[in-house]
Amino acid sequence: MQVSMTVNGRDVSADVEPRTLLVHFIREELRLTGTHVGCETGYCGACTVHVDGKPIKSCTMLAVQADGATVTTIEGMASNGELHPVQEGFWERHGLQCGFCTPGMIMSAAALLEENENPSEDEIRHGIEGNLCRCTGYHNIVRAVEYAGAKMRGEEPPAPDWEGGD
Amino acid sequence: MAMTTSALGGSVRRREDPALIQGSGLYTDDYTPHGTSYVAFARSPLAHAKINSIDTSAAQAADGVVAVYTHDDVAHLGDLLAQVVVAKGRPLLANGEVNHVGEAVAMVVAESVAQAKDAADMIDVDYDPLPAVIDLKEALASDNLVHADLESNVIVPWEAGPFGDEEAIAATKQTIADAKARDDTVTVSVEAVNQKLIPVPIEPRSVVAEWNGGYGRFRVHSSSQVPHALMGAIKTTFGLNANDVHVTAPEVGGGFGVKLNVYNDEILCCFAAQQLGRPVKWTETRREAPGSSIQGRGWVGTATVTGTKDGEILGYELDAIADMGAYEQNFTAAIPFLGLFVGSGQYKFPTHWKATCVFTNTMTTDAYRGAGRPEAAYYLERVIDAYAREIEVDPVQVRLKNFFEPFDEAVVSPIGFAIDTGDYGNNLEKLVEVSGYEDLKAERDAARAEGRHVGIGITTYCEVCGFAPTALSELGFSWATYGLPAGFYGTSLVRINPDASVTVITGTGPSGQGHQTTWAQLVSDRLGIPTERIRVIHGDTEESPMGIGTFGSRSLAVDGSATYDAAERVAAKAKNIAAHLLEASADDIELDADGASVAGSPDSSVDWGEIASAAYLPYRLGETEIEGGLESHVIFDAPNATWPFGAHLAMVEVDGETGDVKILKYMTVDDCGNVVNPMIVAGQVHGGVTQGIGQALFEESIYDESGNLLTGSLLDYPIPAAADLPMFETSHTVTPTNINSIGAKGIGEAGTIGSAQTIVNAVVDALESLGVKHIDMPLRPKRVWAAMQEARG
Amino acid sequence: MYPRQFDYVAPGSLDEAFGALGDTSKVMAGGMSLIPLMKMRLFSPGTVVDIGRIGGLDTIDDHGDHISIGALVRHAETASSGAVPTALATAASLTGDVQVRNRGTTCGALAHADVAADQPAGALACGAVMVAQSASGTREIPASEFFVDALTSALHHDEILTSVKIPKAGDGEGSAYDKLGRRGGRSDYAVAGAAAWVKKSNGSIEAARVALTGVGTKPQLADGVAEALVGTDGSDGAVEAAADRALEGVTVLEDLYGSEEYKSHLAKVYVTRAVKQALANI
Repeated sequence: MQVSMTVNGRDVSADVEPRTLLVHFIREELRLTGTHVGCETGYCGACTVHVDGKPIKSCTMLAVQADGATVTTIEGMASNGELHPVQEGFWERHGLQCGFCTPGMIMSAAALLEENENPSEDEIRHGIEGNLCRCTGYHNIVRAVEYAGAKMRGEEPPAPDWEGGD
Repeated sequence: MAMTTSALGGSVRRREDPALIQGSGLYTDDYTPHGTSYVAFARSPLAHAKINSIDTSAAQAADGVVAVYTHDDVAHLGDLLAQVVVAKGRPLLANGEVNHVGEAVAMVVAESVAQAKDAADMIDVDYDPLPAVIDLKEALASDNLVHADLESNVIVPWEAGPFGDEEAIAATKQTIADAKARDDTVTVSVEAVNQKLIPVPIEPRSVVAEWNGGYGRFRVHSSSQVPHALMGAIKTTFGLNANDVHVTAPEVGGGFGVKLNVYNDEILCCFAAQQLGRPVKWTETRREAPGSSIQGRGWVGTATVTGTKDGEILGYELDAIADMGAYEQNFTAAIPFLGLFVGSGQYKFPTHWKATCVFTNTMTTDAYRGAGRPEAAYYLERVIDAYAREIEVDPVQVRLKNFFEPFDEAVVSPIGFAIDTGDYGNNLEKLVEVSGYEDLKAERDAARAEGRHVGIGITTYCEVCGFAPTALSELGFSWATYGLPAGFYGTSLVRINPDASVTVITGTGPSGQGHQTTWAQLVSDRLGIPTERIRVIHGDTEESPMGIGTFGSRSLAVDGSATYDAAERVAAKAKNIAAHLLEASADDIELDADGASVAGSPDSSVDWGEIASAAYLPYRLGETEIEGGLESHVIFDAPNATWPFGAHLAMVEVDGETGDVKILKYMTVDDCGNVVNPMIVAGQVHGGVTQGIGQALFEESIYDESGNLLTGSLLDYPIPAAADLPMFETSHTVTPTNINSIGAKGIGEAGTIGSAQTIVNAVVDALESLGVKHIDMPLRPKRVWAAMQEARG
Repeated sequence: MYPRQFDYVAPGSLDEAFGALGDTSKVMAGGMSLIPLMKMRLFSPGTVVDIGRIGGLDTIDDHGDHISIGALVRHAETASSGAVPTALATAASLTGDVQVRNRGTTCGALAHADVAADQPAGALACGAVMVAQSASGTREIPASEFFVDALTSALHHDEILTSVKIPKAGDGEGSAYDKLGRRGGRSDYAVAGAAAWVKKSNGSIEAARVALTGVGTKPQLADGVAEALVGTDGSDGAVEAAADRALEGVTVLEDLYGSEEYKSHLAKVYVTRAVKQALANI
């Protein structure tokens, strides 16, 4: 079946089997390999992208369902060489280790901050509940989102909390 | 910006991150060479069965199928190579019988993943079911065998007290028996399960194999922690030389020991690539992983402490059975041995420690974060807690009373191994201080007065890591079975390039530990060249000197030290070159970010470009004896492993109606010696602790009596999510090791080794008033509630 | 990870959708329940009828005495709209995670009839009525008759759940939902959960509906509890006593997360918690 969509501002179209998942369309057809696959039950969230502005799991959506949609992947987050504040936060606050969950995590965190510019720790934790990370224990991911939130509000981000990190 | 940009001890932002946060990091599954074909496996639905026949005809005829292979096709390659095989290795594909659910029976190669899976579904296998051995006590005692050609299910018993000395063990047993017989002592036992776990790195394993018959070379990408071991296994299996196989572990999405293994799928993809003359890719699915990748832990055991009524422990005993699964792989039966190393923890009391490794009809176990040491620490710290509770002495005081005194020269543990350095009392006292332990107890008691179930758990651990020296190869710790007799050293090559940039090539295979950053800091510290001009390469068998890989919290202690030492040698040579160029004495040369200068004469200087160009235009070195080039390769064979330690504290609240456990506080004081990058060290602790919490509260690989896996997807195998956890409070004491030049011990596994028992101790404390003595992990609400019910009568 | 092959149709109208339904077809709205089953090859429909492009199904409409939640209203909207009674809105807010709530639909979750899902309990307690349409007409099915068995609803093969009607909360009414999740707290599917709706007048409970999920073979009403509540003052003692009847007519099923005994206990705990919260929400 023919599908067309806008991905990271680019119009794309391809002929796909109905069973092609959106994540496979993105990874294999468009060769945007920043979106990852970590499970098949829709639990891990590594495949999170924005469809029409909302974070969704691209492994639990058929490419044909996204026909006509506007999709943003991790590759579309930085603009003109400037990192998105959430990307910056993850770098500054060590919000990633192996990096495999990171693209999905960043997409969820960015969406959270769009909806709630100053989330509490609890709201951050629930906002990224659909993204599993096995490396960080989420501590520094929470800090990364706090950092990004502060930057987006034009405030000075809180200091890091590792030893000697003032 | 408060972050330090260079030098040891600074929280340098990671060099790894720009690619990873922008989606341009390349993991194995991101490689798809032109003409790639794809693999799917038909796997056993049964735990134990004889294979009567395999009908592949429908699969062969299915759309897009390129080839279908069964054991007969690969029998000439032999079993999967494994470093330590005591009794039974794994066939590449099931050989006449299956021994666990998920065992690979047939391999399909097709034009697309979907077609490969479609065809794999069509493979028809006729099985005769056999009785499955699942329960560990039954595996130990029963005549029902996993492998009919073996005499029993027992692979090996590991025993110490101390290790390797039967007379001394007998004496230790007598000492403990005498202590038990005294009427002024108490003996407390805890029988506990340290349950089998599915490791779940978020990146499923993946391999892409290419064969070029003209060159006679394999090119392999694999999500491996040990690319050199894989290279060795491939070259040995296919009768090639080490230089005929180029393995790269690109970005690796979490390892935790799962990827510290050589797998049949890796060898099979090479086989198919050679047969078909085209690239072959296999990527594991999450539901496939519990049968295709190793699992961890899986112990039952009884831990017993005998001591005086005021807290002096006179003897500790562990008698455990450890689940090895159906076949041995890389280190399988050696994993409990790693637990044995630290069986007596930080303590000096007589210890008799035993773990018996047995086969079962379940997936192979091997190294999962901590690998034997979490299990050892779990039993020890659970029973010490139970003993403290029994004699009504604060668990902190019991521990302080039984620790080794501080030592900066090695002491020999009751298990029989020399521990490098330790200062356990200071470490635990720091935890007491930074946690406000007395205040927390008051807070707990106030909550209890309101009828709430609040508890505090406190534990300590002694770890062994940084695995070395190469003499451990006598015990099987090397890659010799893979045709590469190389022991557990560290290796690194530091090269200043002609343009004065620096390339570091190291033998590690990291999966998120930040070696590119930490190694750059080490080199920058020695050379003065800023980290931005230093690039670190790892995980590649062609670029790097023979490397050992990343596991057992070893990389910094050994490969990091090799890097530091190599950088020191390059610095010395750079000083000689600068001394020649400046007509000064090398002893007077100082290095910094810009280059070299003569001490006290800052105007007398050369920049790094001039030093580098002199090295690569050797005529400029004139009559000196300095050789051209500016690099050093070091193999560092540390005289001992390293022995980090630490103390953890958890405060929890249990919902008295539902048994739901909430973690209110989690604090750590780890001692990993000198810290190169505090940011990275804190991150390792957070992640490690979380995996221990996962074991304590959520995770369990459950096989039913017939050997069916009940927890094969993330639906039924819950791992911790953000909303399940508190913020962590981490701090440190610093007791440097004296066995390497950095003074660093290793931190990758510490959090996991220390945490599960901390949570369990806290929950038992919370339910103290009900008389609950022990609850087996995972402490799912149902178990906690059942324990409360039982205690309430 | 790769479903078996299937035919896919995305009708533009309900009539077209009815025409596409057949013996091996499956209706898909958000796909949050269906797609994972297809990926694991546990379920392989011949035809997927994607109703996601049919206009007019994506709104929550006010009909005076009740609201209707269209077939394409996502969990996130059910949770946040403000128009949905608390029990169902809370259940929607605790369904899955953010990404799931952005794609999955309330009607889809109801039609899927998972034994441990949240919203069926909310719908039961709120007195929902399912609107099932087919080529031959429209049936209205009370929630109490809708959940037949595990993963089995009263929908016929040729029917689509086009909306669910919920009575609007009136004076003196309150509702709530609470659960124990599989990872503890309220995370993930329900080990046990309960939804409650109560109506009070002149200091006593005039009417009540209480529903359970996660406990038995299907989400179902605990009529005994409701009966016991009516006429009481809703005091803690009255609620706790009523909760003792939570398991009347329930076949409790053990699973990895709870024994029969534990789930039976939790049913009473969560009925108590939900009813108390519903009373507090009046």
